[in-house]
Amino acid sequence: MILAINTCRKDLDLSYEEFLRPVFELVKERYEIMHYSDVDKDIAQKYDKIIIGGTALKDNDYMGHVEKFNWLKILAEKNNTKILGICAGAQIIAEIFGGKITKRKEIGVIEVLIEDQKGLPTDMKSAQVYALHNFSIELNNDFIVGARSKDCVQAFKLKDKEIYGVLFHPEVMNKEIIENF
Amino acid sequence: MKLAVLFSGGKDSMLAILKAKEQNQVVCLISIISENKESYMFHTPNIDLVDLNSEALGIPLIKVITKGEKEKELEDLKKAIEKSIQEYGAQGIVSGAIASTYQASRVQNICNDLDIWCFNPLWQRDQISILNELIEKKIKVIIVGVFAYPLDDSFLGKEIDEDMIKKLEKLSEEFKINPAGEGGEIETLVIDSPVHKSKIELIEFKKEYKNHAGVYNITQARLEKK
Repeated sequence: MILAINTCRKDLDLSYEEFLRPVFELVKERYEIMHYSDVDKDIAQKYDKIIIGGTALKDNDYMGHVEKFNWLKILAEKNNTKILGICAGAQIIAEIFGGKITKRKEIGVIEVLIEDQKGLPTDMKSAQVYALHNFSIELNNDFIVGARSKDCVQAFKLKDKEIYGVLFHPEVMNKEIIENF
Repeated sequence: MKLAVLFSGGKDSMLAILKAKEQNQVVCLISIISENKESYMFHTPNIDLVDLNSEALGIPLIKVITKGEKEKELEDLKKAIEKSIQEYGAQGIVSGAIASTYQASRVQNICNDLDIWCFNPLWQRDQISILNELIEKKIKVIIVGVFAYPLDDSFLGKEIDEDMIKKLEKLSEEFKINPAGEGGEIETLVIDSPVHKSKIELIEFKKEYKNHAGVYNITQARLEKK
């Protein structure tokens, strides 16, 4: 069962439609949806796969509550859960495991270069992705960089763990990333 | 939140209005009328009927006529959005964009520059589910433009009902066209909905069709009390 985590600020019903619905409509397994504020380690551990979704460009609410995702460290230690962070989700994963969030705007279709297939959640068919963010990530040596745009890291994996992040939106382009998750 | 909805008079922007109204306040509509019939950004058939729809909905309209040159259209859209902020207190923009990354990213960029919200509640929706939701939500829509084979003039002026959806679905499977028309295959006009205070009655209209493309040109229409 997949847990799809909603990172949208709670009152943003329209963002839920835009960022979470397209993701769970692509998954091929049974799924449940929860807001990040309602997820703790006991809940997270029940799922064998977790997707942490993105949110509206202007919504930075989740950034003030990254500590709510500390359960990621516990799941990483147990190493029983496959996790994919999308955009905000990728930023959260990066920060929890020692990376840094930096300011970087990318909006629209951009080109990426595949750096290391091991850093990608699945083989990517296209070198074009859909980006929608004002923030990017800087990673330390605990990560494998899977792909980069000319400006920043676009896809990564935590070394020795099935924990991935993509800064772009695979629910728009490169849907196989979610379909094959 | 106070929201302005990008409105072409068609089904997607009407559905966007209904979704925006669920938990927010729609303070105005924004319509960009392109003099360029093949506008990069904006839908064009009968777009002057947006005034009637605005009146029927009881929602004020900011209407801008643009020459339709690619990037000038965006400047005009930005000015219209700025006006929605200044005159109506809009805090965000809602669009009915479904799959066009070109359109969506340009609106996102403008909203980002102006530091306002941007919402696209139909984003990546399945095409047939959009058409079915029109029926479910009792949005009355007619086809006013067809731009792809095998959509011929028999579609012009027809209402999108369950039979039409089945027909479009069958054609989309056979001919790989987009059944909700976001690829530009069909353009629609909303003539009634549960939030319309009046419905639109078409008085004078003419089909114009040539070489697999046609429009239902409405030269006279009025509001009728419900």
